[in-house]
Amino acid sequence: MSVATGSVTPSSAPIELEKAVVRNWKPPIGLGIFALIGILLFVVFARPGATSFRFSTDGDQIQIPIWVVDAGAVYIVVTILLIAIAAVSAFLAYRARRTPIWLIAVFAALFMFGFLTWAAAGASLPVQIASLLVGAVSLSVPLVFGALGGVISERVGVVNVAIEGQLLAGAFVSALVASATGMQFLGLLAAMVAGVLVSFVLAAFSIKYFVDQVIVGVVLNVLVVGLTSFLFSTLLAPNAALLNSPPRFDRIEIPLLSQIPIIGPVFFRQTIIVYLVYIAVFVVWFALFKTRWGLRLRSVGEHPQAADTVGINVARTRFWNVSLAGAIAGLGGAYYTLGSVGAFNKEMTAGAGFIALAAVIFGRWDPIRATLAALLFGFALNLQYALSVIGSPVPSEFMLMVPYLVTIFAVAGLVGYVRGPAAAGKPYVKS
Amino acid sequence: MKLELRGITKRFGSLVANDHIDLTVEPGEIHCLLGENGAGKSTLMNVLYGLYQADEGEILLNDEVQHFSGPGDAMNAGIGMVHQHFMLIPVFTVAENVMLGHEQTKFGGLLNLDDARAKVREISARFGFDVDPDALVEDLPVGVQQRVEIIKALSRDASVLVFDEPTAVLTPQETDELMAIMRQLKQSGTSIVFITHKLREVREVADRITVIRLGKVVGEASPTDTNEELASLMVGRAVDLMIDKGPAKPGEVALRVEGLSVIDHRNQLVVNNVSFDVREGEVLAIAGVQGNGQTELTEAIVGLQPKVTGSISLGGRSLRGLSVRQTLDAGVGFVPEDRKIDGLVAEMTIAENLMLDRSEGEPFVKAGTLQLKFRSEFAEEKVREFDIRAQGIDTHVGRLSGGNQQKVVLARELSRELRLLVAAQPTRGLDVGSIEFVHTRIVEARDAGVPVIVVSTELDEVVALADRIAVMYRGGIVGIVPGDTPREVLGLMMAGEHPDTAGEAA
Repeated sequence: MSVATGSVTPSSAPIELEKAVVRNWKPPIGLGIFALIGILLFVVFARPGATSFRFSTDGDQIQIPIWVVDAGAVYIVVTILLIAIAAVSAFLAYRARRTPIWLIAVFAALFMFGFLTWAAAGASLPVQIASLLVGAVSLSVPLVFGALGGVISERVGVVNVAIEGQLLAGAFVSALVASATGMQFLGLLAAMVAGVLVSFVLAAFSIKYFVDQVIVGVVLNVLVVGLTSFLFSTLLAPNAALLNSPPRFDRIEIPLLSQIPIIGPVFFRQTIIVYLVYIAVFVVWFALFKTRWGLRLRSVGEHPQAADTVGINVARTRFWNVSLAGAIAGLGGAYYTLGSVGAFNKEMTAGAGFIALAAVIFGRWDPIRATLAALLFGFALNLQYALSVIGSPVPSEFMLMVPYLVTIFAVAGLVGYVRGPAAAGKPYVKS
Repeated sequence: MKLELRGITKRFGSLVANDHIDLTVEPGEIHCLLGENGAGKSTLMNVLYGLYQADEGEILLNDEVQHFSGPGDAMNAGIGMVHQHFMLIPVFTVAENVMLGHEQTKFGGLLNLDDARAKVREISARFGFDVDPDALVEDLPVGVQQRVEIIKALSRDASVLVFDEPTAVLTPQETDELMAIMRQLKQSGTSIVFITHKLREVREVADRITVIRLGKVVGEASPTDTNEELASLMVGRAVDLMIDKGPAKPGEVALRVEGLSVIDHRNQLVVNNVSFDVREGEVLAIAGVQGNGQTELTEAIVGLQPKVTGSISLGGRSLRGLSVRQTLDAGVGFVPEDRKIDGLVAEMTIAENLMLDRSEGEPFVKAGTLQLKFRSEFAEEKVREFDIRAQGIDTHVGRLSGGNQQKVVLARELSRELRLLVAAQPTRGLDVGSIEFVHTRIVEARDAGVPVIVVSTELDEVVALADRIAVMYRGGIVGIVPGDTPREVLGLMMAGEHPDTAGEAA
């Protein structure tokens, strides 16, 4: 039989199955709940008075005047808009269309504005918008480094639950080394080494001995907590002056850029570690998607056997990239001791590694999106501090929950079904 | 390039997968490696490709001994492979897949994708492929994915190309085109090793044939030999390629499916408005290339799919919305597509697997306690009845051969009072002897008056079993045709042509 007629020649046209009409009611329900909370706060438990917002910091050359609003007017406008957006979302869901992400962002910003107005209504101090954001960036630094480490590790096929341990090890070692030597940069380097060491254990057990990656990660976290706490009480605490008082990095103002209102102090009046974040995010993104290293890394995480058949050493690729991930996460740990707090404390990372892991998933294994997610979580973390300064009516214990609630809502509600690297978590057993 | 394998031996524990195999492939010839599933063909080729290390023997290219410590070495020596399960990264583009492993880079380590795209276009043009370098592999039909595999091998200047069971996923027409490509490659001087167990293909394209059985070369054959001669060489005894099957005596309509649609997790209509019915005592075969909705259709009938619309009724009673338990109790027997994942629990014994679907109550369970004596008697009986070859009923199912595993599944499903049998890919990966057995059992069930649905991607199986054939394509049924419809028409229907026009074209 000869070659068949041309009509059945397979072409490269993708198979397009019809899309079913599926109504996704999750967004309108979520927005509706928050609109109800809005009504509850702004109408039922409305706090009268005026709220002032301050956008500039003391060091700014251009001072934006303090903005005073009447809380009652804000409540009315915000509540109406919230209900309207929720209604639009419901309409879209009914027409089987997606609620656009920008609409959700507008909703969130409005809710935040209304909430801050409500919380600070009648307070004597203004809401410090700039310092709220500065703090948010600052708190998200370790989250971003951790998330970058997570992205690299998961993209190469190893689930990195040990981010928490890598952060903590980085924080501890950088405090120790920087205090002992008096050199911050040596501390940074030591933090990276500490992260790599934690990664070595993860890599060795999961890649060479095929132990379940999640279990190794969890055990490592507990191990690092135990080890650093023990060394802290026996070594660091008694000799705090010598071993636990690292020199901190100073804030570096970037000329011109740091004078832009709001943006300047938030992004360009930070320590060197924050500037390292900007570089790291870009470099990881570029390398992951534009270079040979990234192509091979992703191929190993998606289909290790296919990578193997084109001559890529799967085990070696995984091992060194998991180590690299550890170095990046360790750098994030150094920020606690060299950038913000200035000394090591027991369990000072307080679950940041797990929030970073959530940022990886919320950011869909993409370095830039994961960074944005980490910034969001950082904002949620900082909100509690900002509110306690204002003297908000919400108990601070309750506000402590907020970042974790945001994490759960973000990952469960907004993300839903996402597809990560196909081979993440699966050991590659070569026959 | 001339390829020679000398005395290749590969052992896995006590199992000898390849026993001193000699094979010579001359430059520019198509050499068929014929053997049953599990005969050791793929192992041999994985040794050649550096994926396995041989325990004994050597590989020679142009009379020089080679030492491959990994696939990279084999590729550099000029060996390319088109794998049975494509070695492509689904989320990469065609160009990225082709360049992977030997990437060209520009300044700053930037990948030179233009170079890779040009290469894909150049090879596509040479062989008349229509492949877009920027298409994502997962969006491409399997036939095109296979061409990407070929392009990938050729982009590394492969002069020996191994095709490992390449036709398993293709429509008959795509298979013919692949044959034409193989001839074209041969003319350009490439040596080809073609691994298959399908006799028709071997006879059509091979220059020489080497037959492997149980890890040993059992002889050479010529493409002019008959199917029966090749088959008996392959199996080791005379085989009857057609099963004895009398005409069907269809009774009442038993299963009626109307307007059935299944939506998957990506909100795609994987089964799109399908209607058919099956009568008592007839086999309806569902043909089609893998991945056109057959799996989801059978799962919807059994109650394994979450988002289903339309109606399914068996003997007037609606099955839709029932739990799997209720569906089984309604008399549905189900042989799932992948026996190792969905059909059996590998870590449990034969006896345990045989009672898996009856742990609800008597006679296997009384007052929450397993009735071990009854279970043993039952298992012994079924092992005898279905000729399950094992040391005993306490052997773990994971240690059985594919054929015996499938017999366990069949024994379990057929030992209930059935009002419908759904068998998905019932003979995938089985040897000829087991295929005969499974087919005979299915026909017996039909003759006992049970309505049977057989899903198969193998046209041979469809033709052997079907009383009527429904062909699925992209989630829909292209047409339902009589069991004696010519293969050419079925082939065109599998590519989406309507049966009327397909009949004219063939």
